[in-house]
Amino acid sequence: MSTITIAAPTGSSEAVKAPPLRPQNKQLAILAILVLVAIPLPLILPAAQGAVAVRILIFLLMAVGWNIMSGFGGMFSFGHAAYFGLGAYTSAYLLVKHNVSPWIGMLAGMAVAAAVAVVIGYFSFRYKLQGAYFALATFAFAEMLRLIVTSSTFANKSVGFSVPLIQDSSLWLIQFPADSPAYFWVALVLAGAAVAISIVFLHSRAGRYVTAIRDDELAAASLGAPVLRHKLMTVALSAAITAVAGAFYTQYYLFVNPDLGFGSAISIQAIVPVVIGGIGTVWGPVVGAIIIGSLTDVTATLLRTPPEFLGFLQGRSGLDVVLYAVLVILIVRLLPKGIVGTLAARWRR
Amino acid sequence: MTELDTGAPVVPETAPPDRKARADKGFLSRAGIVAAVLVVAVVLALVQSGSGLVVWQSVVTGILTGGLYGLIAMGLTLIFGVLDIVNFAHGAFLAVAMFLSFGMVQATGLHPYLTLVVAVPALFLLGAAVHRGLLSGAGGRSLENQLLITLGLSLLLENGLLMFFGAEPKTIALPGDFQFPLLGAVVAGSRLYAFLGAIVLGGLLYWLLRRTRLGTAIRAVAANAPGASLVGINVRRMHTLTFAIGTACAGAAAVLAGPLVTVTPTLGEQFNITAFVVVVLGGMGNVVGALVGGLLIGLVEQLTTIYLGGQSSLLGVFVVFVLVLFLRPQGLFGRRA
Repeated sequence: MSTITIAAPTGSSEAVKAPPLRPQNKQLAILAILVLVAIPLPLILPAAQGAVAVRILIFLLMAVGWNIMSGFGGMFSFGHAAYFGLGAYTSAYLLVKHNVSPWIGMLAGMAVAAAVAVVIGYFSFRYKLQGAYFALATFAFAEMLRLIVTSSTFANKSVGFSVPLIQDSSLWLIQFPADSPAYFWVALVLAGAAVAISIVFLHSRAGRYVTAIRDDELAAASLGAPVLRHKLMTVALSAAITAVAGAFYTQYYLFVNPDLGFGSAISIQAIVPVVIGGIGTVWGPVVGAIIIGSLTDVTATLLRTPPEFLGFLQGRSGLDVVLYAVLVILIVRLLPKGIVGTLAARWRR
Repeated sequence: MTELDTGAPVVPETAPPDRKARADKGFLSRAGIVAAVLVVAVVLALVQSGSGLVVWQSVVTGILTGGLYGLIAMGLTLIFGVLDIVNFAHGAFLAVAMFLSFGMVQATGLHPYLTLVVAVPALFLLGAAVHRGLLSGAGGRSLENQLLITLGLSLLLENGLLMFFGAEPKTIALPGDFQFPLLGAVVAGSRLYAFLGAIVLGGLLYWLLRRTRLGTAIRAVAANAPGASLVGINVRRMHTLTFAIGTACAGAAAVLAGPLVTVTPTLGEQFNITAFVVVVLGGMGNVVGALVGGLLIGLVEQLTTIYLGGQSSLLGVFVVFVLVLFLRPQGLFGRRA
């Protein structure tokens, strides 16, 4: 104990020069600036890059969702495809079968995903699954959902759903002409809100409980933190945000099937940006999503017109994933805190 | 396991006889329950399909395929039991070995099973290199890091294969393959060979772990790494060797399974999932458990196809998986190798 009391004043001596804003307000201000800067982007960028920007925002939504559960909460999920797919399928099902606006479908998808996450989480925590076992269990549930959807008639089996096309554009139905900047703005609002929620959550009372439970569950519990309730809350919030990504994905690509919704590649796409940016940091998902999103595009253009020494790769797929796999391995080996985490540690020193 | 803390190389069986008897009884009763559930499942399948022949065929196919699952899972369980690494790249190693075998059969016209001579050492070296280069040392210690590194590695290997071989499925033809009837069920020779090969390799691995100095050292490291290093075992080398032996198992399984499947870069993924289920079912780190678990999962897969029909054979596997994770996370035969 004595080491802590001695270390505390020296460690915080620099922080005594209190910043003019509380950290969450500062982060929210940065977020507001980022969003403002991003607003005119689709008007400046060429159409192809506009699509990349939208994809980055979808990655961002998934990454923020994953980061809340696995970064802030420390519960390593390998099955976020479950929540992405539930969001995508709920909104697509309501739209196709009952002609419900995707906005309402999105809310319904969030509710369904959160409910499923709470059920899965309850059983996992009740039976004290930890570490690798927890990751494997989340993975198993995502795969089970994929198989169930693939064999259910009401979800159109392996065909999935196509969003019915309308003549003109409509914000209520989230449908615009293919290269309209409106898609970007809708995604920007959703992603901005998600980042804002993650900031507010991290600094809220519940968020403090959650990080305390992550760091030492036994200590937090013995100090009176309601462990199970906060874990379930984290899981539900994380699932709901991931479901938004799924619902928007369906609206943007006008199509979803079991592999696009529940495939294990989706879970990986939620994990990779956060790992690269920095697990458990607010800005990690943002940085990671930008890197991964643009990397995919750069490799795609590279392979369309490859330079001489890469000529043998023309028309082959896989290079983008190879690159980000290498990036993940390098980051984990060399910068285990991710780009943002490492920079932040350097900054504080 | 506490006896091993003393570091004595030869420890007499000090457990009181009644405790051992009780453990045996628990084991027997669990085995009895599993057998009973299996019988009920088979009877249900009989009722569902109404044809004894269909069920018999599924049982035979299930057991034969199960042996292969067992072999794949043995490598995985060994790695998990000794190194505590959840190796998400195991399926990718399998795919690499399969393409290696495919490439050699294409290029030289070798008999597919002869490629074992190259594939197993190659995978052994690959495993050793991966462990030394990526997983050992500080960066590879925490659970998340290991998950992420092996995950990244599997993406790297699978998509590397995709880049160089393309996505179109390939087949490895087994010269002189035949089929024979077994009490009405049709058995393909390649499937039988794969099963027998899996049993033989499983036996070899068991012998290696139980009856050799190397195996004793590996088990010592698994039980208590600091203790093992105190008696002069090079823990890091044992870890590398174990990882390499585990991936070599994947290499052997790949060659045996090659003629049974269509070879695609992503086929490892499917096998990896099944292998994880088998590992948890058999008890993480339990080599014999992995073989038994493999047989069970092979059966579950085939029986689910009878119950639900079509492509949902994995669904039953996952239901079993989740039940085992929740109710008996140490596995049916929870005991370390």
